[in-house]
Amino acid sequence: MATMETRYIGTAVPRKEDAAFLAGRGTYVDNLRLEGALAMAVVRSPYAHARIRGVDLDAARAAEGVVAAFAGADLAEDWQNGLPCAWPVTEDIKMPPHFPLAVDEARYQGDGVAVVLAESRALARDAAELVEVDYEPLPVAVEVEASLEQGAPLVHDDLGTNECYVWKLESDGFADGVAGADVTVTRRYVQPRLIPNAIEPRGVVAQVGPAGDLTVWSATQVPHILRFALSLVLGLPEARIRVIAPDVGGGFGSKLDVYAEEALAVALARRLGRPVKWVEERSENYLATIHGRDVVTDLTFSATKDGKILGVHADVKAAMGAYLQLVTPGIPLLGAWLYAGPYDIPNYSVTFTGVFTNTTPTDAYRGAGRPEATYVLERTMDALAAELGIDPVELRRQNFIGEFPSTIASGLTIDAGDYHASLDKLLEQLDLDGVRAEQKSRRDSGDAKQLGVGFSTYNEMCGLAPSRILGAIRYAVGGWDSATIRFQPLGSVQAIIGTSPHGQGHVTTFSQIAADALGVDVDDVEILHGDTAVSQLGMDTYGSRSLPVGGIALWHASQKVVEKARQLVAHQLEVAPDDLEFSGGAFSVKGSPDRSMTIQAAAFQAHAAHNLPDGMEPGLEETATYDPPNFSWPGGAHAAVVEVDTETGDARLVRYVAVDDVGAVVNPLIVDGQVHGGITQGIAAALYEEGAYDEDGNLLTANQVTYLVPSAAELPSFELERTESRSPTNPLGVKGVGETGTIAAAPAVINAVVDALSHLGVTDVQMPATPERVWRAIQEAKQ
Amino acid sequence: MRSVATTVNGTRHELEVEPRELLVYVLRERLGLTGTNVGCDTSSCGSCTVLVGGEAVKSCTMLGVQADGMEITTIEGLAANGELHPVQQAFHDHHALQCGYCTPGMVLAAVSLIDAGEAGSEEEIRTALEGNLCRCTGYHNIVKAVSAAAGRA
Repeated sequence: MATMETRYIGTAVPRKEDAAFLAGRGTYVDNLRLEGALAMAVVRSPYAHARIRGVDLDAARAAEGVVAAFAGADLAEDWQNGLPCAWPVTEDIKMPPHFPLAVDEARYQGDGVAVVLAESRALARDAAELVEVDYEPLPVAVEVEASLEQGAPLVHDDLGTNECYVWKLESDGFADGVAGADVTVTRRYVQPRLIPNAIEPRGVVAQVGPAGDLTVWSATQVPHILRFALSLVLGLPEARIRVIAPDVGGGFGSKLDVYAEEALAVALARRLGRPVKWVEERSENYLATIHGRDVVTDLTFSATKDGKILGVHADVKAAMGAYLQLVTPGIPLLGAWLYAGPYDIPNYSVTFTGVFTNTTPTDAYRGAGRPEATYVLERTMDALAAELGIDPVELRRQNFIGEFPSTIASGLTIDAGDYHASLDKLLEQLDLDGVRAEQKSRRDSGDAKQLGVGFSTYNEMCGLAPSRILGAIRYAVGGWDSATIRFQPLGSVQAIIGTSPHGQGHVTTFSQIAADALGVDVDDVEILHGDTAVSQLGMDTYGSRSLPVGGIALWHASQKVVEKARQLVAHQLEVAPDDLEFSGGAFSVKGSPDRSMTIQAAAFQAHAAHNLPDGMEPGLEETATYDPPNFSWPGGAHAAVVEVDTETGDARLVRYVAVDDVGAVVNPLIVDGQVHGGITQGIAAALYEEGAYDEDGNLLTANQVTYLVPSAAELPSFELERTESRSPTNPLGVKGVGETGTIAAAPAVINAVVDALSHLGVTDVQMPATPERVWRAIQEAKQ
Repeated sequence: MRSVATTVNGTRHELEVEPRELLVYVLRERLGLTGTNVGCDTSSCGSCTVLVGGEAVKSCTMLGVQADGMEITTIEGLAANGELHPVQQAFHDHHALQCGYCTPGMVLAAVSLIDAGEAGSEEEIRTALEGNLCRCTGYHNIVKAVSAAAGRA
């Protein structure tokens, strides 16, 4: 643990980034105006699967304001490689080529087939309507299980199958280990597609400089990854490409990707010699930006009759969509180690099958693989509890892992946690007896509105991650991150970080860390991020990694700066470095506090370089890269209280209580905000959101009218508490927090819906628990 | 092209706009007021909310030509004399914004709500804000901020 004075860490420092946003001065991509920029519009396939027999661009090219129009075949020479998939999860994974525009075949509704470039966005849209594509519709594969059947239409003919990969993990002696079970409980769960809906749609601007150098502004979570991906796709050296992620209006995983439009904008800016700008329309976003989930799981628990769970077996079939985006195949596997969650389950077996379907590609959406695991696990805990007649809270408690570090049956080691503490605090806040009494009273009186309470005790692994583990599971890049601390001569601090925000408040949180480590004022720290010309090294923002990886790199860089300054001050004060104390931003000689120098004064001396120790380089700037020794393991206990109208099927959340252990907290205001938002996306999945396709592969929920992103009116205020078991793997004791709420919330809500109706014989309601689904579940239970 | 005279944030503008141009694009592209964001194409998200004659309006639901003779306030015009409007201040104090994209629309919707005296209870605030979507905050702190600002106003 750091021996550091914490003036800011742990306190609710108001966000430094708010002033610009509140004044309407965000720098989102669409706000960027470049002289002479052309607007790009993409012509998209209305069919889920069709042969492209011809593309007639004549009318579009002749339209007002149009500068150029291209079909897929016209641009084939521009691509050195297809769009990258960085996670080939098995040696024999099938990875079909994926170029920015389809050439011979469109494979999902929304697949790009042509582009039009015009003087304005409206003119480009008008002309795109004039592009005539001769399609020959082909049979479609839509549902994940049907797509695996013999004779199912093939998304990629030449693969001969829709099976993308099969990946297994099983503990030694699994079959023997579960052979003595008294009971097995198997349940099937369908987790529908979710459409991320960052409120800022995607956008990109590409500009070619006078020397052929490229600048790309993109609404992306991953400017560094985008830079090397563009380098691969376009065959240009990385050093010639500068990627800037300006203010980004939410991501939730959907901007953790390398998209066709980014490559197209760059290729067309190079061809046409003018900047090219593309901003996604919302309805286009529903088709052209990745979706999450779309997973069918069969989960089996083997247990003794007194409730000890001996084994868990999961058979997971996950839709990839039509192509593999950046990390599509790996997303389900981010949950592969979590099908036992916070429970001590000694025998473990999971199988994942990736499946191509004629749908928008899936990829990371908040939680990415871990909500899928936690949902089926926590639903089945309730099913097992019902089967055994044990209280669901007690069943959880009796199976909790109690000792840490704990090496779990899936092979990883959980460094720290205290699941009992979270559950205890949850029950205290919830007043479970009171809720149960109210529930009983409504049941006894036959109230039309029944009450249910549902639990979800969870853990998760985030903060991606030890590079050697990522390598072992065939992830293409590392999991380290980088930070630089640079003192300017007059004492202000620049902190250059390799992760970048899209709402998470990095500027404030990272300023707090640097300010405490350096003993300076939080307002004297400027955080630079998101521009590859400024932040040369970084692995970007996803998987709740910014704080537990990037934040620790920043702490280490700060320590290096303090150490260098110590050497300099010791030299100038003519004492040994060990005779100096560093406190409140100043070095003083132990026992002679009047002999001191501030770190800002040391920075000036370092820049003046008049009197440095022999061999010391001028300047006060240090970089650290940090590769975490383990994942980050948050956990906690959540409860939902739901009121269900048994006459209409309307399920309404009335309370939501969350107790999370995210380790040490840097900024409680920001951490609570992450939990609020995360919980909301889990609740949304449980009650409202479903990306639905018809049998022909038409997306039925293709805009914000038909896809129900919840508003304030659908939600209550939340009740949050925390417990804290510090992560022992990093000097700040922090864990990730960005995804915990989404991972935990959906099963708590569905468990509550089922609990409200259990006395009517309802044992399951699939997500989302719409009024129709709930009503049907009640009617079926009556029969 | 049609001639439109409109007052935006206290400044009168005489513009030639296309009849099909939405108000939001007139604000963004002709007047450079990019604080008004576009988040959807179905008038669902409310990111483009502005005040027209003091009332919250989604500026994608109005044509630019309909702004003729109107007084419009965008987020850029809300702070007065360098002081944040009480709703802006409350959003900062209560961490009611994360990525900031829905924020201008959300703030202006809240201003309109409070000015109309309709921000009494939590339920009233939640119902009234249902036309403004936020994907980051779960609305928890937005509701707190609006309550606080309503108490102050």
